[in-house]
Amino acid sequence: MTAVADTRVSPRTRGSAKDLAGTGTLLRLALRRDRIMMPVWVVCLGLTASSTTGRLKSAYDTPKARADLVVDMNGNGSTRALFGAAFDDSLGALTVWRVGGFLTVFAAIMSLLIVIRHTREEEETGRQEALSACMVGRRAGLTSALLAVGIANAAVTVLIAGSLAGQGGTGALALGLSVGLTGMAFGGLAAVAAQLTENARLARGLTSAAVGIAFVLRMAGDAAEDGSQGSGHLLVWLSPLGWAEYARPFADERWWPLLLIAVLAAASTALAYSLVGRRDVGASFYATRPGARAAGAGLKGVYGLGWRLHRGALLGWSAGFVFTGAIFGAISNGADEFLGDSDQTREIIQRMGGAQGLTDAFLASMVGILGTTLTVYTASAVLRLRSEETDQRAEPLLANAVSRLRWGGSHLVFAYLGPVVVLAVGGLALGVGYGVAADDMGGIPRAVGAALAQAPALWVVTSAAVFLVGVVPKYTAAAWAVVGWVVTLSWLGPALKMPQSVMDTSPFTHLPKLPGDDVTAAPFLWSLLISVVLTAGGLVGLRRRDIGG
Amino acid sequence: MKTAISASGLHKSFGRTHALDGLDLEVEAGEVHGFLGPNGAGKSTTIRVLLGLLRADAGAVQLLGKDPWHDAVDLHRHIAYVPGDVTLWRNLSGGEVIDLYGRLRGGLDTARRAELLDRFELDPTKKGRTYSKGNRQKVALVAAFSSELELLILDEPTSGLDPLMEEVFRECVAEERDRGRTVLLSSHILSEVEALCDRVSIIRKGKRVESGSLAQLRYLTRTSVTAELAEPVNGLTDLPGVHNVDIRDRRVKLQVDTDKLDGVLRQLTQSGVRSLISTPPTLEELFLRHYQDDVTRTEEGAVAR
Repeated sequence: MTAVADTRVSPRTRGSAKDLAGTGTLLRLALRRDRIMMPVWVVCLGLTASSTTGRLKSAYDTPKARADLVVDMNGNGSTRALFGAAFDDSLGALTVWRVGGFLTVFAAIMSLLIVIRHTREEEETGRQEALSACMVGRRAGLTSALLAVGIANAAVTVLIAGSLAGQGGTGALALGLSVGLTGMAFGGLAAVAAQLTENARLARGLTSAAVGIAFVLRMAGDAAEDGSQGSGHLLVWLSPLGWAEYARPFADERWWPLLLIAVLAAASTALAYSLVGRRDVGASFYATRPGARAAGAGLKGVYGLGWRLHRGALLGWSAGFVFTGAIFGAISNGADEFLGDSDQTREIIQRMGGAQGLTDAFLASMVGILGTTLTVYTASAVLRLRSEETDQRAEPLLANAVSRLRWGGSHLVFAYLGPVVVLAVGGLALGVGYGVAADDMGGIPRAVGAALAQAPALWVVTSAAVFLVGVVPKYTAAAWAVVGWVVTLSWLGPALKMPQSVMDTSPFTHLPKLPGDDVTAAPFLWSLLISVVLTAGGLVGLRRRDIGG
Repeated sequence: MKTAISASGLHKSFGRTHALDGLDLEVEAGEVHGFLGPNGAGKSTTIRVLLGLLRADAGAVQLLGKDPWHDAVDLHRHIAYVPGDVTLWRNLSGGEVIDLYGRLRGGLDTARRAELLDRFELDPTKKGRTYSKGNRQKVALVAAFSSELELLILDEPTSGLDPLMEEVFRECVAEERDRGRTVLLSSHILSEVEALCDRVSIIRKGKRVESGSLAQLRYLTRTSVTAELAEPVNGLTDLPGVHNVDIRDRRVKLQVDTDKLDGVLRQLTQSGVRSLISTPPTLEELFLRHYQDDVTRTEEGAVAR
């Protein structure tokens, strides 16, 4: 057959008013679909700040107490890594220090979820095709998604600025804008990611990785240098989340870092627009390549399938932990220089990282951050089992000669051993990062060992998720509540002076603070025992219950 | 004859809904058995019980002489299942999925696989989501037909197939039957069932309401008769088993219970038959009769309340 060249291909439009036809209707559709999710996000983001002000006011009720707090916290590298520097001792500035960094991260996550949901996910499910067949322009989908996320971020900005106005109108506006603009910047990056891949899950992953990188850069820079003294650390300046911090709301505001965030939002949005007009509906710039005609030797059974389904996440998390571990390791050399020596600091270090040498304490708290973050990975690996079921892929698979335990095992091996692999490479990177900075490679085995010691506590979270999937499959989403609880306790618990009985509900609280602390067998054995019991319960449930959405 | 599937008194509830309400089903070895019922009648629930994915609340069930709940893995070496809505993994090609299923069932015939790919005109190099609905069905069908198995359980397998591919599917089912395999075919497409099945079971609201060979079932229902006569005819309405008589001058239309056809013909020939059309009941009428009964009964129930 000879190919006939067709020269009448219509040129890609450069953009016109017709491209936006139907935007208003799509925007109303988006707001209708998000009528619960969006208000919940907006209210949580908008009111967290003012409620924190109230808590701080009662906990640190004298100017002296607040001034001491600022000195202590700015003197401690690991709390600076978590929260950023405190720029002033007013209630407004302390509020920004305590929650500002988290608000920008969560505004970014909210925005990327909204944008991907209304762009790539619509295309991937084929719904966009049906809409595009109506009076809907080429750029209407993207425009309506960006307008929806713009409305959400504007509402967050107004709520924050309004509710904190009592602490000073200018500072309140600066915080509101820093949160809202950060949301828009990552919304714009999500819009670009949505053009690059056909896979909504991957688009979300790419943008989340961008948020993660920005957060780690800010953490590393803040850990290494107290930003309230001097011009700030280079790593913080490399992160959009750092720009929001260095806008210094309630502390002699700097407005031009906010301009940087606005420029990022505008540039990413413009890039997404130029890309969207040049491609087909449903297509992407990195199209799916054709696959193999026949299965290779690796795809022998359900374990081969499990590897194919989990390898992407495993490699992604490993890469992220190598990056994060290396940076944490590098900045931990010289931790003793920037740790203060007041009683309060000592107490907080003790709670977070134990009382040993200050560098060890700092490393231990970083290991703790790595370990608790991995609960997100292990929970999502377990929940993949459930989504295989609800997406109706499990039934045909189990109609083959595959036992339920084998099928479960093909996912759970990644949920249990995946985190161990990630911890090992993260610990190795931590040790190497420290070793390069301190010119002492002898600490690598200790760093790897300390990281691996987190595994039993992680497995408690893993097995809680397994128990949910096996016994109460309708409520598997509760696994995310477990993850949220454990992460919140580990990250915020020590600084919020949570009572020990509350802290004890997290398995991570019971682990020795490694490297440095004395190792006893009991906490590991208890973690293992709880994991085994919950896992066994979950697997028995999985064998006995009905399969299906 | 050996029984491939036997189920009796199956009950299954999901919360307040009774999906199965004492369902019986017998499928003989070597037959193609049609499994009919309106949406929500419990067809897919029955099939999931047969596959050991759901556990029946009550009742007995055996496939190939084994309990599908306790002996699921052993049993599944001899069974292929094609769901009505096939979902594939986005990063696996169709060819990989076919091979994976083959390996999980204990082998597949590579020559047959190649032949089927050709007949179904399926490109095995595409990945999960890039297949259309019909092509996803083809992936599962090729996987099922290229394995060496005793029993095929097909749950509305042709949804999304074009008429040409539907024809290929029918040929494949016929080949399976010729090789002595048993097929349970759940379907909405009555012409498909009529063309392929030896026996059918009709279920409604989780109960079997009819079962038998197509010939037997036809015997139970009415034949439509249209005749043009030389003289006017009398006494037709008084004959047993005659319904919906419509006489216009010398043209007669009526329906008659198939076992009472003889008497009607005798009466008609007395008036001199000029032309005669007699239509045996289609499966569609059979099906609709049960379905409409259901509708009327529900309406009556609503009025009574």
